Amino acid sequence: MVKKIKNLKEFSLSNDRFEGANLMCPGCAHNIIVREVLNATDDPIIVATATGCLEVCTAVYPKTSWDVSWLHIGFENAAVAAATISAAYEVMKKKGKLPPATQKMVDEGREPKIVAFAGDGGTYDIGFQSLSGAFERGHNFMYVCLDNEVYANTGGQRSSSTPIGASTTTSPAGSVSYGEKMMKKSMVEIMADHGAPYVAQVSPSKWKDLVKKVQKGFEVNGPVYINAQSACTTEWKHAPEDTIEVSDLGVDSCVWPLYEIINERDEHGIIYSTKLNITYRPKKKIPVEEYLAAQPRFRHLFKPENRHIIDLWQKAVDARWEYLQKREEAGV
Amino acid sequence: MAKDLKEIKDIEEIKELGWDELLPGAALFSFREPVEDVAEIPMEERPYAPTNSHEWQVGDWRVEKPVYNRDYCIDCQFCWVFCPDMSILSRDKKMIGVVYEHCKGCGICVEVCPTNPKSLLMFPEHMDNQEALAMWPKKEEKK
Ligand SMILES: Cc1ncc(C[n+]2csc(CCOP(=O)(O)OP(=O)(O)O)c2C)c(N)n1
Ligand code: SF4
Ligand code: SF4
Ligand code: SF4
Ligand SMILES: [Mg+2]
Repeated sequence: MVKKIKNLKEFSLSNDRFEGANLMCPGCAHNIIVREVLNATDDPIIVATATGCLEVCTAVYPKTSWDVSWLHIGFENAAVAAATISAAYEVMKKKGKLPPATQKMVDEGREPKIVAFAGDGGTYDIGFQSLSGAFERGHNFMYVCLDNEVYANTGGQRSSSTPIGASTTTSPAGSVSYGEKMMKKSMVEIMADHGAPYVAQVSPSKWKDLVKKVQKGFEVNGPVYINAQSACTTEWKHAPEDTIEVSDLGVDSCVWPLYEIINERDEHGIIYSTKLNITYRPKKKIPVEEYLAAQPRFRHLFKPENRHIIDLWQKAVDARWEYLQKREEAGV
Repeated sequence: MAKDLKEIKDIEEIKELGWDELLPGAALFSFREPVEDVAEIPMEERPYAPTNSHEWQVGDWRVEKPVYNRDYCIDCQFCWVFCPDMSILSRDKKMIGVVYEHCKGCGICVEVCPTNPKSLLMFPEHMDNQEALAMWPKKEEKK
């Protein structure tokens, strides 16, 4: 059942199913994303989390911060865990073996929603094969990547989501290096190319866009991938109170464009049509420099010898924005 | 002797207990009794188990705390939606106040509050809220 959320006041009537006194850092965007995703529905939710900040800091013995059914799984297999839950649910439903309380909700049109949360390390890198497999098989679940562009939980190592120029513990900036050498992987397109019916990129600062996309994702049948920008106060090194501002700078500079890709795919995996929609267009596209300047992980780029990396950044972002607009225009 | 979770009634007892003292396979529950439809029950009415982090507190992480001033608030709910720690209490579309047991003092709610002057401001943790309200800034003129 699609929950009616016309505006923020209506959204604030939600009863959170994710609890306080978890041990995430003050100002962590992971938490804001989790709240917005869970509150997008009042239906029952089953969550599987990959190892990473979210899993580790919301289940520290002897506490749990989850009021929904929650599965603690490995670093590399959140997708397969969620896919398995989904497959088991379908069988139990078919055989009439759901628990009575669940059956009652299903009868009322409130199907359980199955969601996997994982970090970028658990998604772009180590969890990729299980994620790719689950999407290829076409299980019915939603996968949300909490993308803070670094292995935050183990002290800030680079991942294939870390963008160029970022200083991390394994790509440190110094006298001989400007930091990370590679631009991040295009995870949204990679997942869309699996033929998933719905794939989208979101930011917690644009809560309405995020909630709308999650609701759309809950409605489709098949695997859904949501790539969520997650500002990390500890590894991006900005002040905790600036989490929303940094997120907004990412969106308004088009470093983090908000868009969705809708595929029409049949049961054989044949894709008949693909459509890309840009869901947010900044009124004024701000220079990438402003986004970089707000995060000390990029501070060294403002030295004269590294300035060319800022120019490269701007070129890369402009080219991507151009590419997305062309795809939208062409309806592909 | 390994303990069964059912024997534990008091949160203090769990704090003393090591993970290796629980029966293998013991589950730590969110609620004291089965709850069928959590989304329909406001936090105040839920039968939280002592093993739910809701029953614990992280307020002592703060050096500064957000103080809420009803006089200027327009109930826009920006603070509610962007608080990472479920620490803005809103009921019936109205902002009610800050849950100091769970607030980590990040300051996001203050940053996103759109009123002039702000309806939420950070003050030193040790300051009395009444004292903070008495020194609330006046409306800032646009330059
Ligand atoms: C197989 C395996 N390898 C390594 C680890 C150690 N480990 C735990 S969390 C983590 C980093 C997680 O990074 P990411 O997925 O980006 O999530 P974040 O903490 O940034 O939210 C690592 C390397 C592990 N738990 N399991
Ligand atoms: S290290 Fe980053 S992602 Fe992890 S809890 Fe802290 S702010 Fe959140
Ligand atoms: S953000 Fe400010 S004005 Fe809006 S509800 Fe919160 S305190 Fe009130
Ligand atoms: S300071 Fe942070 S944790 Fe505390 S109420 Fe404000 S947003 Fe929530
Ligand atoms: Mg990460």
